[in-house]
Amino acid sequence: MRFVRKKLVQLIVVMLCVTFFSFLLLELLPGDTATTLCAGAGGTECIEQKTEEFHLNDPMPVRYVRWLGGVVTGDFGSSARNAQPVSEALQQRMPVTIELLLYSQFLALIIAVPVGIIAAQRAGGLFDRGSTGVLFLFLAIPNFMLALVLILIFPVKLKLLNAVGYTPFTENPLKSLGSLLLPAITLAAAEMATYMRLLRTDLIATMQEDYITMAKAKGMSPRHILLRHAFKPSSFSLITVIGLNFGRLIGGTLLVEVIFSINGLGKYTVDGILGRDYIPVQGAILVIALGYVLVNFAVDMIYAALDPRIRHARSLV
Amino acid sequence: MTATEADTNLSVGQRATLLEVVDLSTTFRTERGMVHAVDGVTFTLDRGRTLGIVGESGSGKTVLSRSIMGLLSGKNVIRTGSVKYEGTEIIGYSAKQMSNVWGAEMSMVFQDPMTSLNPVMKIGKQITESLRRHLGVDKDEADKTAIALLKSVGIPAPEQRLGEYPHQLSGGMRQRVTISIALACGPKILFADEPTTALDVTVQAQILDLLDEQQRERHMAMILVTHDLGVVRTRADEIIVMYGGKVVEQAPTSTLFASMKMPYTEALLRSIPRLDMPSHTRLDAIPGRPPNLISPPAGCNFAARCRYVQPRCLEERPPLVAAADPGHFYRCFFPVGTPEGDAALQANISAGTAVAAPATRSSTTSEES
Ligand SMILES: Nc1ncnc2c1ncn2[C@@H]1O[C@H](COP(=O)(O)OP(=O)(O)OP(=O)(O)O)[C@@H](O)[C@H]1O
Ligand SMILES: [Mg+2]
Repeated sequence: MRFVRKKLVQLIVVMLCVTFFSFLLLELLPGDTATTLCAGAGGTECIEQKTEEFHLNDPMPVRYVRWLGGVVTGDFGSSARNAQPVSEALQQRMPVTIELLLYSQFLALIIAVPVGIIAAQRAGGLFDRGSTGVLFLFLAIPNFMLALVLILIFPVKLKLLNAVGYTPFTENPLKSLGSLLLPAITLAAAEMATYMRLLRTDLIATMQEDYITMAKAKGMSPRHILLRHAFKPSSFSLITVIGLNFGRLIGGTLLVEVIFSINGLGKYTVDGILGRDYIPVQGAILVIALGYVLVNFAVDMIYAALDPRIRHARSLV
Repeated sequence: MTATEADTNLSVGQRATLLEVVDLSTTFRTERGMVHAVDGVTFTLDRGRTLGIVGESGSGKTVLSRSIMGLLSGKNVIRTGSVKYEGTEIIGYSAKQMSNVWGAEMSMVFQDPMTSLNPVMKIGKQITESLRRHLGVDKDEADKTAIALLKSVGIPAPEQRLGEYPHQLSGGMRQRVTISIALACGPKILFADEPTTALDVTVQAQILDLLDEQQRERHMAMILVTHDLGVVRTRADEIIVMYGGKVVEQAPTSTLFASMKMPYTEALLRSIPRLDMPSHTRLDAIPGRPPNLISPPAGCNFAARCRYVQPRCLEERPPLVAAADPGHFYRCFFPVGTPEGDAALQANISAGTAVAAPATRSSTTSEES
């Protein structure tokens, strides 16, 4: 219980810091909401009216507190450009980004884990060096290039899959996964090499442990030793990095969302910034930061689930 | 079963050779060169008997026992010689063939119970997995056997322990668990590799007694590795003293203590840890360091640290020779308790070059080469 309370306090502090600093940063951008909205039309009258409407003359802390007050009561504000409530927009876009993220990490792991395990069994061998080479090649290809190549191959040449667009998962799961396959591959490509190498290195280290020799001296099969004895204690670095990546990618899906015209969180944030439409940006940042904290919390829980020593140490505090 | 009963069984026709090791050598290919960790070891072990392997840190005891069991794998390990188990050559067995021997026929208790149990696997699972593998029993039966095993090695509340993890137990309790794991499938040989080195002095005797008791009850052979001659004195039937990967003296226990020939054995005996020493005091009580295994000295390995050393020892490598008593072998030109040996020691003492006895060792550590 103490653990949960500590995490909750941490969560609130992180959220306050992140949203305050993002407010500050947006404030420092050249140009403001009113001028951007009235560009081309209106003139000074329009600007004055918009400034009045969105309280743009209030000092920054006052506006921050007003926004925060709204958030606390469940009101995330609305877009200044099209008056769409931020909460509605987030509801539409969050599932897209979350699906894309989970999907890409799943793809990365489904390649990296078996390859890492096989490579660790014959460290320095042909498979080890070959697979490392291939995966690092994928790591080295820039995201946008891979995306374009994939679009050229599948939708354009082979007439397979759509280059753009998204089918919601709730509507048709299979079609949805199909619509996100290329963006997910694009995101996964860069992570596979890291995941595979992390797992491989930790497995090799674990295989040197006494308890592995002990398992062997009991007559357990190499396969059993690798999967039942070595895998769990070797997965900690991998889980840590996946956790960090989730945080990074929640904001980082942007490029892929733009290339594949997917209306996710990343695209929403960028549109907001370009339009100097700060309330939606604040909402998105709030959600991203929340996701980041939650993922880290989940990583902590997974550690505890994997390692009884962590579990017990925690129940003592 | 009592000790006498076991002894009677032994004499009733079971006195067969269980393990026969001939000229076993183990070399590691490393970047710095070939490490000759074990060099030409020969012995036989009968059913129910105990062989003590003694030597200071780095003398190759662990490598020897793992090499006999075939646990050293990898391209950099070179193993030559012969290991016959129940008359069958097992050098050259594949890992797959060995996995039927491991646990079921031979098993091992490791040096450090803090690292030899899987920290993220329940104790029960660690015991039952080999039961299920070798005996093919179902989960319930394996659990029952595990509980009986834990009880027999003196672990209180065994039912509850099955669901616990290693870190929840003390060092002594963990070593009891590893012993129960090693015993689980009723092996005929138990390798105990310094089973008490990592434990508190008070627990050490308990664990050794437990091993004794289990060995007697199960009529199992044991290879007891230790750096403490005192430990094997009362427990082993035969003792091998190792130095720098080589056997330097080998004899039935009573013969060894009655007429030891090797100056190294004598030095070991002098340096048996006493109760007034801290519990982890190792056998660097003999002045100097063990020899380099990559490029061993030209003469006797022990010459640089020997109280009996003569010019001949530095130039010529002494072979393993038989002493008067049957089964007694040693590797020395100036053996302890012989006229040559006495003369050599006297000469060194009068010349003031003898490496001092352990009592005054601190002043002579500069003797090492
Ligand atoms: N895999 C290996 N590669 C290279 N050298 C090794 C390897 N394993 C052991 N050695 C070397 O072999 C020698 C004997 O080591 P071993 O562990 O058998 O000693 P020991 O008698 O068991 O000592 P201790 O009492 O400290 O356990 C040491 O010098 C060690 O460095
Ligand atoms: Mg050892």
